[in-house]
Amino acid sequence: MSRFAPWAVALFFASVPLWIGDQYFLHILISTGIFIIAAMSLNLLLGYTGQLSLGHVAFFGIGAYTSALVSLGFDVNLLGWTVTLAPKPVWVGLLCGIVLAGLAGWFIGKVSFKVRGAYFVIVTISFAEVVRLVALNWIDLTEGPMALNNIPPLTLWLPWLGETTFWRKTPNYYLILVVGLVAFEVIRRLVQSRLGRSLIALRENEPLAMSVGIDVTRALVVATVISAAIAGAAGGLYAHYIRIVDPDVFLFIYTVTMVIMVVVGGKGTLWGPVVGGLLFGILPDFLRDMAAPEVQWVIYGAVMIVIVFFLPQGIVPAVNAWLRGRGASSRDAAATPGEDRA
Amino acid sequence: MPISAVERPVLEIHDVECKYGGVSAVRGLSIEVKAGELVSLIGTNGAGKTTTLKCISGLVRAVHGRIIFNGKDITKAAPGDILAEGIAHCPEGRRVFPYMTVEENLQMGSYLRTDKERVQSDLERLFDRFPILKERRRQAAGTLSGGEQQMLAISRALMSRPKLVMFDEPSLGLAPNIIERTFEIIQEIREEGMTVLMVEQNAYAALALCDRAYVLESGEVVLQGSGTKLLEDPTVREAYLGG
Repeated sequence: MSRFAPWAVALFFASVPLWIGDQYFLHILISTGIFIIAAMSLNLLLGYTGQLSLGHVAFFGIGAYTSALVSLGFDVNLLGWTVTLAPKPVWVGLLCGIVLAGLAGWFIGKVSFKVRGAYFVIVTISFAEVVRLVALNWIDLTEGPMALNNIPPLTLWLPWLGETTFWRKTPNYYLILVVGLVAFEVIRRLVQSRLGRSLIALRENEPLAMSVGIDVTRALVVATVISAAIAGAAGGLYAHYIRIVDPDVFLFIYTVTMVIMVVVGGKGTLWGPVVGGLLFGILPDFLRDMAAPEVQWVIYGAVMIVIVFFLPQGIVPAVNAWLRGRGASSRDAAATPGEDRA
Repeated sequence: MPISAVERPVLEIHDVECKYGGVSAVRGLSIEVKAGELVSLIGTNGAGKTTTLKCISGLVRAVHGRIIFNGKDITKAAPGDILAEGIAHCPEGRRVFPYMTVEENLQMGSYLRTDKERVQSDLERLFDRFPILKERRRQAAGTLSGGEQQMLAISRALMSRPKLVMFDEPSLGLAPNIIERTFEIIQEIREEGMTVLMVEQNAYAALALCDRAYVLESGEVVLQGSGTKLLEDPTVREAYLGG
């Protein structure tokens, strides 16, 4: 069943623009999709290696700024040298964003994984703050708080359609859906590979992982590079969809949102970030129609507390345990406390 | 198989010192293990037994001294390379990957091996030897009993096809009848020709089982000799065997 589940879900989401009608709701789904891709990349670290990156938005923002700057071109004075870049096609910008975010991940992994845990958390938070300050103050390059405007949308040559520019909501929606599926598949394969096994092993028992010959630091660095690159891709897509990027993309609250999506959905599961992302991406907009803004955030917070309290493992593991409990004897079900309340 | 007296030991540790921060956990330590021997390290908590094993397997770096395995200097080698040379380490305490299945745990033991067909046949052999593991191959290792987890940990160590296995406190936290079974398994492995280096708090069992033993105190070897000799030694009896 689980083999066909991604296709079933993909088909359902592929049909959405055909019946949704309201373009605003499509916009919500697009931004939710971008967030889900970022949350999936965070899950690779938080869920599969147990390392909490509290500056994950840095990789997202680096992807966004790099992609925007490469496609807009720039002309800056760097230590007396003038560096000029003519505008490049958007897909080149996206690739540059992915590569630069990956490099940033490599750098962060290298400096922080000698000592793990809390140290990694602090390094990632500080890194995100440093990058935000650079974006805010290097006005020659980033326009600072004035933001990068008029970022061109993506133009691609597609079979049957020819050269297509992603101006409207519907094509952007499909773009995010396809990239999301690709990211899902990349992470799925990675987690089931030898590297994925070693990541899970070191999360479960690090001394033992070392004793079976896993180069723990190297495995963590590789995971961080891949995670950062996927977050960078999400950032790039964001830049060319919203078409304006300002230093607020680096705000801490976005990292927190990603962490919530992963934890509530179920960290260390492939579907967790998707479920958590859909819930927390769409919920605020449902609430908008029902309650005053102040009440919305209270409800949002309450939902989060209730879920974390009753489903400490997250929604996806709880649903899995419940399905298994119905199929098999009630003995396994009793082994997972809390899931009977699902 | 008789061992010639002139044969060079498989594992030689010369004057090794290991530090945690500024404090030496082990210093001036010299021990050797010959092919086919079962050697025990005994001593109280904090004597440096576990550190010695970690130092051999590369998890802790020696700041001084040399460690030679099969004529090769492994003092500065990475843990993975030391395992590839043939030293498997069964660490103390949490012995398995709790959320992986029994089979996945065993596969982790062969993480560095590239001879996939032989890995599979080794796996089948271990399953024949420990049918309970075969029966539970798809079960999460964390759901096994303490004794079964110990069997799994020993099997996982063997999956790397080591030349020398190091057991750290194999009896720790196990029920008495399981401890007995664990020592039986170690005895069997050793009779099949494996070289074993074992750290054990249960000094009586460790001495009864081994060929030779070293007694460690605050990071130094204070006594050494054959197991039977040490069992009769008055100091050892007084300090470790309860008089």
